[in-house]
Amino acid sequence: MNEMLLILGMFLITFTIRFIMFAFAGKMTFPNWLEVALKFVPPAVLTAIIVPSVVMPQGYIDLSINNTYLIAGIFAVIVSIYTKNLLKTIGLGMTLFLILQYFTI
Amino acid sequence: MVNLQQKKEFQEGAKAALPLILGAIPFAILFGTLAPTSGLSALATIAMSIFVFAGSAQFIVLALIAAQAPLEMILLTTFVVNLRHLLYATALVEYVKHLSLGWRTILAFGLTDESFANMSQRYLQTDKTNAHYFYLGSICCFYFTWVAFTILGVGLGSMIPDMSEWGLEFAMSVTFIGMVVPYMNSKAMISSIIAAGISSLSFTYLPNKLGLIISALIGVSVGLSMIKLEKRRLSYE
Repeated sequence: MNEMLLILGMFLITFTIRFIMFAFAGKMTFPNWLEVALKFVPPAVLTAIIVPSVVMPQGYIDLSINNTYLIAGIFAVIVSIYTKNLLKTIGLGMTLFLILQYFTI
Repeated sequence: MVNLQQKKEFQEGAKAALPLILGAIPFAILFGTLAPTSGLSALATIAMSIFVFAGSAQFIVLALIAAQAPLEMILLTTFVVNLRHLLYATALVEYVKHLSLGWRTILAFGLTDESFANMSQRYLQTDKTNAHYFYLGSICCFYFTWVAFTILGVGLGSMIPDMSEWGLEFAMSVTFIGMVVPYMNSKAMISSIIAAGISSLSFTYLPNKLGLIISALIGVSVGLSMIKLEKRRLSYE
């Protein structure tokens, strides 16, 4: 992977998205449905990354209790629902994961 | 010249950013620590924080690099993930359109979830004369912390060499879980998330992580359809 191209590309894309409205200084608007659609984008993308990484960590669907990624992932969802706190979710989820990893190896 | 009022606004902005920065510091460290284990060089890791300055996109890209996704797919994902900033800019443009192009360029570069949160608060006040200094203060405070703690994270990661064997890619999954769950506050959003999750499992056979983009689009379409259905039901009642 060409890292120069990676950083340059990411910079150009991110900056253009942030700048385009400011550049036209309010002379540009976009349709209402698009505004609604944009709100669904971050959770949809993140979910599409999370689910395969915890359900099939070895490349195939693994719903057994030996799948530490899945068990710790479900636990993290529960922690997140109850605490609504990102750092607690990461801390507790990661702790359970490392404990499970330790016992399975 | 910067007058006293402007200096005060800058400091107020930096102060307003502090609580959000405290929340972001662990992520900057985590990003710096994880990036090299995903296959990114230390220099590129730091450069990404300096030039891209987009927390969640930076994490998602790490996941893609680790999965050896091609450059085009990484850039397409960056685009999709950062599209939400278009919403923020649309909301803020009203207050910055009178500023010079130079100012608008800097304020746009620093437009993040956090600076948007700060500015939505600040623009509620009636006196907006020097509010752009508040905006700049919030950005500067956040930017330098993000970069500095990324560097610290890279340093920490290099001191503990075997970290890639700890299964730390799970740290990313669990971070994303903590980011997604708070979104689940409406039927439309929950349906969208479930649809994206199921699709993502169905499309893993596709090359180049193409399934990610397709699943995200399916999730967004389901969410939009649910909102349309709800509206129709309301108009019947």
